Amino acid sequence: MSPTKKNTQTSRKRIGKRQLDLLAELCNALAVSGDEQEVREIVLREVKPLCQQVEVDALGNVLAARMGSGQDRLRVMIAAHMDEVGFMLTQSDGDGQYSFSIVGGIDGRQLAGKPVLVGREHIPGVIGAKAVHLTTPEERKTALKMEQPRIDLGPGGAGLAKAGDRAGFATRLSAIGPSIRAKALDNRLGVFNLIELLRSAPENIDLLAAFTVQEEVGLRGARVAAYRFNPQIGIAVDSTPANDLPSYDEDGENTRYNTRLDHGPAIYLMDGATIADRRLADWLMKTAAEEGIPYQIRQPNPGGTDAGAIHKTRAGVPSISVSVPQRYCHSAAGLIRISDWEDTLRLLSAALRRLDSKILTPLEA
Amino acid sequence: MTNTQSKNPRDEALLALIRKLVETPGPSGQEGLIRAAVLEEITGHVDEIRTDALGNLIARVGSKQPGGLRVMVSAHIDEIGLMVTHVDANGFARFISIGGVSALTCIGGRVLFMNGARGVIGCERLEPNSAPTLEKLFIDTGALSQETCPVRVGDVCGFERPFLDMGAHLVAKSMDDRVSAAVAIQALRALKKSPHEVYFVFSVQEEVGLRGATTAAYGVNPDVGLAVDVTRTGDTPRTPKMEVSLDKGPAIKVRDSSFIADPRVVNWMVAAAKAGKIPYQLEVLEAGGTDGRAIQLAHAGVPAGCLSIPCRYIHSPSEMVSYADVENAVKLLTRLLSEEINLG
Repeated sequence: MSPTKKNTQTSRKRIGKRQLDLLAELCNALAVSGDEQEVREIVLREVKPLCQQVEVDALGNVLAARMGSGQDRLRVMIAAHMDEVGFMLTQSDGDGQYSFSIVGGIDGRQLAGKPVLVGREHIPGVIGAKAVHLTTPEERKTALKMEQPRIDLGPGGAGLAKAGDRAGFATRLSAIGPSIRAKALDNRLGVFNLIELLRSAPENIDLLAAFTVQEEVGLRGARVAAYRFNPQIGIAVDSTPANDLPSYDEDGENTRYNTRLDHGPAIYLMDGATIADRRLADWLMKTAAEEGIPYQIRQPNPGGTDAGAIHKTRAGVPSISVSVPQRYCHSAAGLIRISDWEDTLRLLSAALRRLDSKILTPLEA
Repeated sequence: MTNTQSKNPRDEALLALIRKLVETPGPSGQEGLIRAAVLEEITGHVDEIRTDALGNLIARVGSKQPGGLRVMVSAHIDEIGLMVTHVDANGFARFISIGGVSALTCIGGRVLFMNGARGVIGCERLEPNSAPTLEKLFIDTGALSQETCPVRVGDVCGFERPFLDMGAHLVAKSMDDRVSAAVAIQALRALKKSPHEVYFVFSVQEEVGLRGATTAAYGVNPDVGLAVDVTRTGDTPRTPKMEVSLDKGPAIKVRDSSFIADPRVVNWMVAAAKAGKIPYQLEVLEAGGTDGRAIQLAHAGVPAGCLSIPCRYIHSPSEMVSYADVENAVKLLTRLLSEEINLG
């Protein structure tokens, strides 16, 4: 597909048809933690022409390095996880019904009635629940317990899948005006953004791109990727919940939104896994202010990104995270604003161009 | 309970050092001021000094002689604190804890922000007989609106409470773990003849998960390691059982919930205490962790232990230690680092 608009470094619009098509391909692929093959194939196809070195490590991370050419280049690792939350079949219960467990963090109350895809063949199924006609008012007051639902592949489905197969939500990406609705925006947005950063990587740095596995089950891929790259700076690019709906409690002020749509990229100062390096936070905020790019500080909250693993690697790596805000994260369908996605990419690419080794001036004392 | 405080006059320099360290603010991730304070105290007494990528202050004393080892001693310089998550329309700041902060000890407390702003902690109306949670609390900086509030999302504060010298006992908001930093500094200065290359690490981000010690231990790559930290006691009314008391000497950790001290390290510490006629207690801490774990798991594994200062009311604005225990901890640590280490 040819891009509808020519993208240049100064262009405001970075998201055209080519970009949307690639994001759709990434989001529609299934890559539940531990089985990231589908996304890995797309990533390898995209990054091989861009990088001097590309390898797949022992855990399945794609490690792609694009070396710059200037003097005194910083080794900057940027991580985006390829895996998504989903399900693993645990047992065939006969008649096309399968017991399953959740991989990563999904609210069990949200499962009933969701269409899913099972295994590498994307066999369509549904997480079944009793029809409303047959439920009692009492039953409708309580959420299903996690051990109750099954994934149903229909009669004849008994031999189609087996314990250990992954399943994921079946939602396909749609653009809705200024928004995008899709599953797995956490973190195919990050994967997309990292591929784009490799396309336009500046010469003043060595860009060490880690497309990581198993983030949703404990930042496992990033840990070994950071050990391998041994970077001087670490950045996780991810997506984070926006809980920016109005608050309906007595004083009406929503004080726990985490992030808000339409407020630009979310810069982290602290989450449950990392205290961001303040030099890097200042660098990102200064870049945004000087380039006229909106940004927001993600509310310091629990949660974690690959930065949690990267900063503790070897003798330590100053690290930070930047996320695209997303409503309804870790569900069958999340919602983002294209402008937030675009501004995240603008911020990261402008910041990388401005990066020089002086940023790592030793901490005072 | 007998008070075993030394008959000798107290060391005013040690008291001044403790006062200086406990009154310097430095919540996890904001250790610049306390790092500078420690640096000032050790400059001139060390052979090499550096700050690593996360901000750990790493000072080497001595070099390896025959029979010597590379020893890492880690005392963390961060303290618990709060970070602002939202400033509401009327200028009240909501917050999240940095490290383990109890809502019960917050209410009515005063805080000092790293930008110099001050605040007091208030609480929303509570349901009868319900315990407060951090979500119910807010910081009042005296501002009348969001626009005039002197702090914003991401700003960090520590608790503000002056040092209290009760004679036999000392009280401060950050005995955890500044008293151990003081012990390490005293041992560092006292270390005259040692076969070892001793790396004194003043570590960061301990309260949020032993993060500084993790990277420092990788960088130092020691042969043996000791954390110095506070531990709780079982000597106050109706408190969970624990053998450790104030005034009975520093504690030698056998285990806590983060690691099992290397038994060879425990034996070495006990033997040194006995040989020096220094009172000590053995410590089994059921909930809590220290930099010892991070050292133990570095590289291919390191024999590691922990020297603990018994402390009442940990993570409250009034953490209490015994002066005599502190002095004895300095003696024991100095002795441990001065002689050959036989891990048998």
